[in-house]
Amino acid sequence: MTMLDTTEASGMIMNKTADEAGALAKAVSTAKAGHETKIAASKVSVFYGDKQALFDVSIDIPARQVMAFIGPSGCGKSTFLRCINRMNDTIDICSVRGTIEIDGANIYDPKIDPVLLRARVGMVFQKPNPFPKSIYDNIAYGPRIHGVAKPGPAMDEIVERSLQRAALWNEVKDRLDQPGTGLSGGQQQRLCIARAIAVDPDIILMDEPCSALDPIATAKVEELIDELREQYTIVIVTHSMQQAARVSQKAAFFHLGNLIEVDETDKMFTNPSDRRTQDYITGRFG
Amino acid sequence: MSVTLLFAIVLALAFAGYLLGRANASGLKAAGNSLHSIPPYHGYFVALWCGLPAFLLVLIWLAAQNTVVDRLLLAGLPSHLTEGAAPARISLMLGEIKNVAAGRIFGTPDQITIDAAARYRSLQNMASLAMVVCTLAAAVAGIAFARSRLSPDFRARNRVDGILRWLLIICSILAVLTTLGIILSLVIESLAFFSHVQVSEFLFGLSWSPQTPIRADQIASTGAFGAVPVFWGTIFISVIAMLVALPVGLFSAIYLVEYADKRVRSVVKPLLEILAGIPTIVYGFFAVLTVAPFIRDFGTSLGLSVASNSALAAGGVMGIMIIPFISSFSDDAITAVPQSMRDGAYALGATKAETIRQVLLPAALPGIVGGVLLAVSRAIGETMIVVMAAGLTATLTVNPLEGVTTVTVQIVTLLIGDTEFDSPKTLAAFGLGLVLFISTLALNILALQVVKRYRERYE
Repeated sequence: MTMLDTTEASGMIMNKTADEAGALAKAVSTAKAGHETKIAASKVSVFYGDKQALFDVSIDIPARQVMAFIGPSGCGKSTFLRCINRMNDTIDICSVRGTIEIDGANIYDPKIDPVLLRARVGMVFQKPNPFPKSIYDNIAYGPRIHGVAKPGPAMDEIVERSLQRAALWNEVKDRLDQPGTGLSGGQQQRLCIARAIAVDPDIILMDEPCSALDPIATAKVEELIDELREQYTIVIVTHSMQQAARVSQKAAFFHLGNLIEVDETDKMFTNPSDRRTQDYITGRFG
Repeated sequence: MSVTLLFAIVLALAFAGYLLGRANASGLKAAGNSLHSIPPYHGYFVALWCGLPAFLLVLIWLAAQNTVVDRLLLAGLPSHLTEGAAPARISLMLGEIKNVAAGRIFGTPDQITIDAAARYRSLQNMASLAMVVCTLAAAVAGIAFARSRLSPDFRARNRVDGILRWLLIICSILAVLTTLGIILSLVIESLAFFSHVQVSEFLFGLSWSPQTPIRADQIASTGAFGAVPVFWGTIFISVIAMLVALPVGLFSAIYLVEYADKRVRSVVKPLLEILAGIPTIVYGFFAVLTVAPFIRDFGTSLGLSVASNSALAAGGVMGIMIIPFISSFSDDAITAVPQSMRDGAYALGATKAETIRQVLLPAALPGIVGGVLLAVSRAIGETMIVVMAAGLTATLTVNPLEGVTTVTVQIVTLLIGDTEFDSPKTLAAFGLGLVLFISTLALNILALQVVKRYRERYE
């Protein structure tokens, strides 16, 4: 599963210096193993109160690829996505069973601080949600709360680099002090991606990131996702088959809270092994 | 016949009109006509035409009757009594005549008064009778007129709608006119005051002692009507109140929205809002009997000299009164911040406190500010607590342990007891009232603007 043993990996989450060591180890392991497993979920079930939303989902998500979750509305794909950075913790009635390991460390271990976990696992939401602050402060927010950089040139550099990686720098470099809410929808979404990148995560989760965007903005975000996969492990939930086909290398099909099929995207879209996957892809339901 | 009975009869007639109109329409329908409106609307139309004009007539009549009767009465008095008499003398005369007419006789009235009283009674009776007759005539005429309009293609629905619309317009105009009337009366009395005391002196003078008798030729030189210490007292007590209410209200709102689970919230929130339902006079008791002695004793034990009506006691209790304003406005404002803002911050690895401090509060700030401004204007206008707990002497001080007075306290003390309405002492109350009104109005408008801008943001 991973080159790192469990204790070392969990220490990496808790501790910044160990994190850097881990990153080094990761780089070494990447060179050897190519696409090793980044996230390994086993028998994950999610309950909202008494209602079970997800049934024993087990899946391995490879590093530095784009994994697409597809399936009809209410099938649990977003719920599962939110398990990976423990966002479900913020919902009182939600409880999660099973284990999810990132680099071999179970993120539901009581020793893990979800706040630090979320710094490693960034998330981009369905609707762009920039804070009502300036563009600069939107990006600087994460680095500031984690103490990554002090205000000044170091922070300026992080902001510039993040915006450049999110392909937004040229559009906003002259108005960094203007409110992020004043940008167009597509720019706002790229701002949110830049905001997530700024804390230097390993993994970026995207929950239907283009569903509120027009086709041109969508194309830009998709292009960006394709570039980002060189450095980050990306998991994207999408309703659009075309989008899944365009941006992802692997795809997982969810139906009624169950994981039905995981495969190479190309194979799933041309030759699905499950009847329900085929029905969904060909538009018979959903 | 009493007015109540008259109204009852008009109501009965209106109901009869309803039945009549409906029956008429049903008859038309039975005769094979296709109606534009269903029969009950024909009924409503007749009933409204019967009731509304009659009702309005009674109101206007009642408003005008006294003036008209007084005029007639005066015209009947011997000219040597009325000619050239001062208005005050005439109103005294009329009052005496009315007292005699009502049987409240003091001493021995002269013959002219007794005659006039008899005439007054007969005039009153005639007027009442005329009112009853005219009203009933109007009601019946209304029925007849409305009835004559009814036909199969008469648009009763639309007409009833139109009448109702006018009714609503009249009601809203009444509310606005009342406000205008209040402003007008305040302005007129204030103008009278400012003819005695210069505006600049009132607004910028530093000494306030309206109790000293002031002769007309001395006013300008004494400078006793400088309202600055009074307004300072109001501002000072309001500031103390906000220092209490703002943190407590805001923090309890944050706790209730972001931390408390549903069960705690469902108990604590109503409890907090009970504070808003306590009559202010009860807060006054609390301030005078509990808080003020406590502060005084505590201060004395520390070796401080504390006035028994300290600004701290009055302001502190007023702050407690205002807590629910702040907390419920802040609660609304924080709840209205979209969940996506919280998600965004949490997903970046922010803790709850960081999310609240750096994302939620800035986003909710306009709403919170609006609530705070409304609370401030409430504090400025608050009367009962300060009347009971604050002092009477206007002192310019920043020591919360001393007593200060407020605008509302001064207005109350100026207006109670024997007052004459042409002395600057009494009129000063209206000057104070006007400035108070303008400042709270300005604060309210500002607050509503802020709240409005904030609403536009997330919808």
